[in-house]
Amino acid sequence: MSILIDRNTKVITQGLGATGLFHAQGAREYGTQMVGGVTPGKGGTVIDGFPVYDTVREAVYKTGATASVIYVPPPFAADSIMEAVDAGIELVCCITEGIPVLDMVKVKQYMQGKQTRLVGPNCPGVITPGQCKIGIMPGYIHKPGKVGVVSRSGTLTYEAVWQLTNVGLGQSTCVGIGGDPVNGTNHVDVLRMFEEDPDTEAVIMIGEIGGSSEEEGAYFVKEHMTKPVAAYIAGVTAPPGKRMGHAGAIISGGKGTATEKVAILEECGISVAASPADMAAALLKIYKPDGLKVAV
Amino acid sequence: MNIHEYQAKAILREFGVPVPDGHVCYNGASAREWAKRLGEGPWVVKAQIHAGGRGKGGGVKLARTADEVRNTARDMLGMVLRTHQTGPEGKIVTRVLVENGCNIERELYISLLVDRATSKVTVMASTEGGMDIEEVAAKTPEKIFMEAVEPLLGLTSFQCRNLAFSLGLTGKQTNKAVSLLQGLYATFVGADCSLLEINPLVVTKEGDLLALDAKFGFDDNAIFRNPRIGDMRDYDEEDPNEVEASQHDLSYVSLSGNIGCLVNGAGLAMATMDIIKHSGGDPANFLDVGGGATIERVTEAFKLILSDKNVKGILVNIFGGIMKCDVIATGVIEAAKQVSLQVPLVVRLEGTNVAKGKQLLAESGLNIVAADGMADAAQKIVKAVAAA
Repeated sequence: MSILIDRNTKVITQGLGATGLFHAQGAREYGTQMVGGVTPGKGGTVIDGFPVYDTVREAVYKTGATASVIYVPPPFAADSIMEAVDAGIELVCCITEGIPVLDMVKVKQYMQGKQTRLVGPNCPGVITPGQCKIGIMPGYIHKPGKVGVVSRSGTLTYEAVWQLTNVGLGQSTCVGIGGDPVNGTNHVDVLRMFEEDPDTEAVIMIGEIGGSSEEEGAYFVKEHMTKPVAAYIAGVTAPPGKRMGHAGAIISGGKGTATEKVAILEECGISVAASPADMAAALLKIYKPDGLKVAV
Repeated sequence: MNIHEYQAKAILREFGVPVPDGHVCYNGASAREWAKRLGEGPWVVKAQIHAGGRGKGGGVKLARTADEVRNTARDMLGMVLRTHQTGPEGKIVTRVLVENGCNIERELYISLLVDRATSKVTVMASTEGGMDIEEVAAKTPEKIFMEAVEPLLGLTSFQCRNLAFSLGLTGKQTNKAVSLLQGLYATFVGADCSLLEINPLVVTKEGDLLALDAKFGFDDNAIFRNPRIGDMRDYDEEDPNEVEASQHDLSYVSLSGNIGCLVNGAGLAMATMDIIKHSGGDPANFLDVGGGATIERVTEAFKLILSDKNVKGILVNIFGGIMKCDVIATGVIEAAKQVSLQVPLVVRLEGTNVAKGKQLLAESGLNIVAADGMADAAQKIVKAVAAA
């Protein structure tokens, strides 16, 4: 078991341009069922074995896909998300970085009452190691296992996964929720899924400055979670008022500092790594898996 | 991206939000001319810099005659204005806004922003105009009123009336407030703002509502569809290194330390700064080279880091996912040669083709210290900088 995706998930790529194609090929090599692509105007063609459709509706009808991954450029990406929602796609991973915030405000409103789960935008995607990879993460650093990972950052997720893999801890599912201020899925959503997933035993939650997704996650952990959770928050040294790469990573009005977040996380019983090099170590302080051979 | 007050008021005027009549001036003579054209005085002369707290620093002055406007403008132009937001080095005033003064009866506060928790635009109003709103929120939260906007509906009249009555407005002022608030919402959406703050919004003795000062924040992701806003960018007001970085699609923020960082990914870049601090050092910058770091981009990044004279060492931290480590290593070697690197360089590579990357660095003949893992890398650069 896992959350969101597994070996049976059928995925289409929206925006099968150079980037989309490159990552679709990578996902296929990993073993993901990449069943086609959507590029308006190119329907009926086949690109490197991927049948191309004009619309998401048609792609869903012909392939039975339940998930989509979006590489459409920022000005058009919000429309692509809504097209996938309208076609009844269950899981949409939007990799695109740079979507206007007010476009996402409309998307969120449009999605009210719909069944689709959106992950992202501006995220690396979702992977269930050994089964299904949707997005741009390097597959080989992962290892099937029992630790769930949820994060706002891409490369920092790889860092955490790599640390876990190196100490012999595999991952159930890794979810990159993205670095934008308005996104589809937050820490709480993913923590809830991990809590309910019988194959996830522990969780690493990675956050950064800005917003309050981590704090809400921490209160959820305190009140509703039975599984051990470790965390790391990036940006202790970030100055206020400056956007640190991610659109959402900004301390505004003195709110959303890393120090404040760490304090709340610790209050809620989460094992917080003081250094990004110690994410796996922070988890092992509170999680003792059976049969783990590697000394830490 | 930020803009000047006179630009902010021009945008508001376009969307029908009442603002005082005024004009931007670059010398004393034109300030005098504009004052006469605007009205009979008194006028207010306001220094145009991208920072708050101008009044306390001497950047906002009242003038009763046109000659006084000219003299005040002359004094202000060219002066270094220091406020709590400019830092000790201050900012040089190159333009002033001359505008009609008004008879203030009450000062109110209005702001619009995207509330991340609800994913909606929220209008916030307070009776405590002219004050620092964070302080009001902390001390007297009952004086702050909020309305969340349904994005497909827009700000409704009843929501505007709710806010107007909460602010203690009565009679015809209420209608004026409805139109003003809807103008502000139209501005926010029409110009893709991330923040729009009117502080203060004044009620004049004549019973009119006027936006006396305005602060805009824009969504950088939406500048492409607001080219006129993009043209308002004043590069003189920004850190020159940050301007240079944005021209090369590098995400860069300068800090006060002495260890330069070159990292791929925003989260990892922040974490790299943190671990330097954690290891007893001080980061000089945030720099994310992005996923597709080519030799050219890495070279530009190196140049940028080294243009900061405080930098005494550089830490490169790359987690090569899709990006292969040997490609990054080639980029680092090329860049180091091109800029004839003089300071210690520690490189931590991890991920795809890492062995090949490390081999390239080792064989480069350059003085590059290889590191295993983030902790090792941070300790090595902190030590190297301390020894230098």
